Amino acid sequence: MRGDAGLSDRVHALALEYVAPAADEVDRDARFPKESIEALRSERLLSALVPANLGGGGARLSDIAAVVAELGRHCASTAMVFAMHQIQVACLVRHGDTAFLTDYVREEVVGGEALLASATTEVGIGGDVRSSSCAVEAGGGRFRLHKQAPVISYGQFADAILATARRCETSPPSDQVLVLCRRPHLSLEPISDWDTFGFRGTCSLGFELDADDVDDCILSDPYADISERTMLPVSHILWAHVWLGIADAAVSTARAHVRREARKKPGATPPAAVHLAELMAVYLPFRAVAEQVARHFDESEHGTDTLGSLAFAIECNSLKVAASTLVVDIVGRAMRICGMTGYREDSEFALGRLLRDAHGATLMVNNDRILANSAQMLLVAKEA
Amino acid sequence: MEQMIRQVLADYGRLPVDAMTLDVDADLYRCGLTSHASVNVMLALEDAFDVEFPQELLRKKTFESIFAIEQALSGLVTSDRVSSV
Repeated sequence: MRGDAGLSDRVHALALEYVAPAADEVDRDARFPKESIEALRSERLLSALVPANLGGGGARLSDIAAVVAELGRHCASTAMVFAMHQIQVACLVRHGDTAFLTDYVREEVVGGEALLASATTEVGIGGDVRSSSCAVEAGGGRFRLHKQAPVISYGQFADAILATARRCETSPPSDQVLVLCRRPHLSLEPISDWDTFGFRGTCSLGFELDADDVDDCILSDPYADISERTMLPVSHILWAHVWLGIADAAVSTARAHVRREARKKPGATPPAAVHLAELMAVYLPFRAVAEQVARHFDESEHGTDTLGSLAFAIECNSLKVAASTLVVDIVGRAMRICGMTGYREDSEFALGRLLRDAHGATLMVNNDRILANSAQMLLVAKEA
Repeated sequence: MEQMIRQVLADYGRLPVDAMTLDVDADLYRCGLTSHASVNVMLALEDAFDVEFPQELLRKKTFESIFAIEQALSGLVTSDRVSSV
């Protein structure tokens, strides 16, 4: 799959056949995009990021990012579910090098195309994922975990959930581990609904999570390292590509609208065309930066310790803030170009769903939190 | 030098344990040092020892124990200054 041009063609075909037709219903009914995820599963794309020596597709992160953007053009909820799953896969394959976890990846993630979800936030903690109050209770080769999670996206549809917790009952809140909670050794009791402005199909309900399984499920790397080297960069890169997909869809819609106007009066450039030119001047740099940070991640896999560096963390944080702000700007500009036909829900140029989904971007891991984190790093980071 | 490091940790590390009696090899992150607090510790160390941590030392490992911090600082502080500390 490395550098595989066939991958984007396959995903494009799959998106047109399964993802796009369901998108409006997924949004309206806030239901899980099951046909899309099933199609991705049968194309073996859920294990695309797993290295080839474990039986996976051996894709680079930039390949996966391109898939996420393609899905995002048709259904942002599907793209987000796929992105969040890949973030968990990345954590497992990069930090789960024990025989037990390698077997899990080979047999379940590759063999069973398992769908993985995440439980990092916790009730009472206030959105700080680098702090836990629940703790792993381990003994006799087993562990137990009880966690109140305010959101677990697509939790009830996932085959396993990676949850953060304090290492043990005496550990301080910042000394966290990541625990693989597998069905059937996992129970989820819903504690809240998911009826939101956008990203309605991610079904990010709150749950009371209980897991009781062998202690091999606890990843040995501290969560601080997993977060810094994998979860944060991969999240920011893949989320930015979800938003890039939304932006792509908005730009395509605006272009189609301007072309239609132009055909009505050949010889006279439609007034909106200059706004389309302005839109491209916002959109193209956004696309370039998102793709560049994904490439930096892939390049850093070989040799240098870019991933642990403050410079790369600041780069990823800046991508998140820029991309999440630009996507709202871009959809807004497309709306002005399309006028009332973009505002209408019943037109081929409808932009309402894109605009609602776009507004989620600055909120999921709030930009204020990301900026505060970058501000702190900038106090000590030296210029490269 | 070790005493000054302990004082900086006590003042800025926000550790739930006593920095003055902590083992020099104890893992500070397991003791509750957050990445937020580690930046403040870094700044306070730069001020206390009048040094600047170069880019390659700005990583988690540099601040993982009192011993690790001492090692990093030893490479930055001139020998004269160490003896006067």
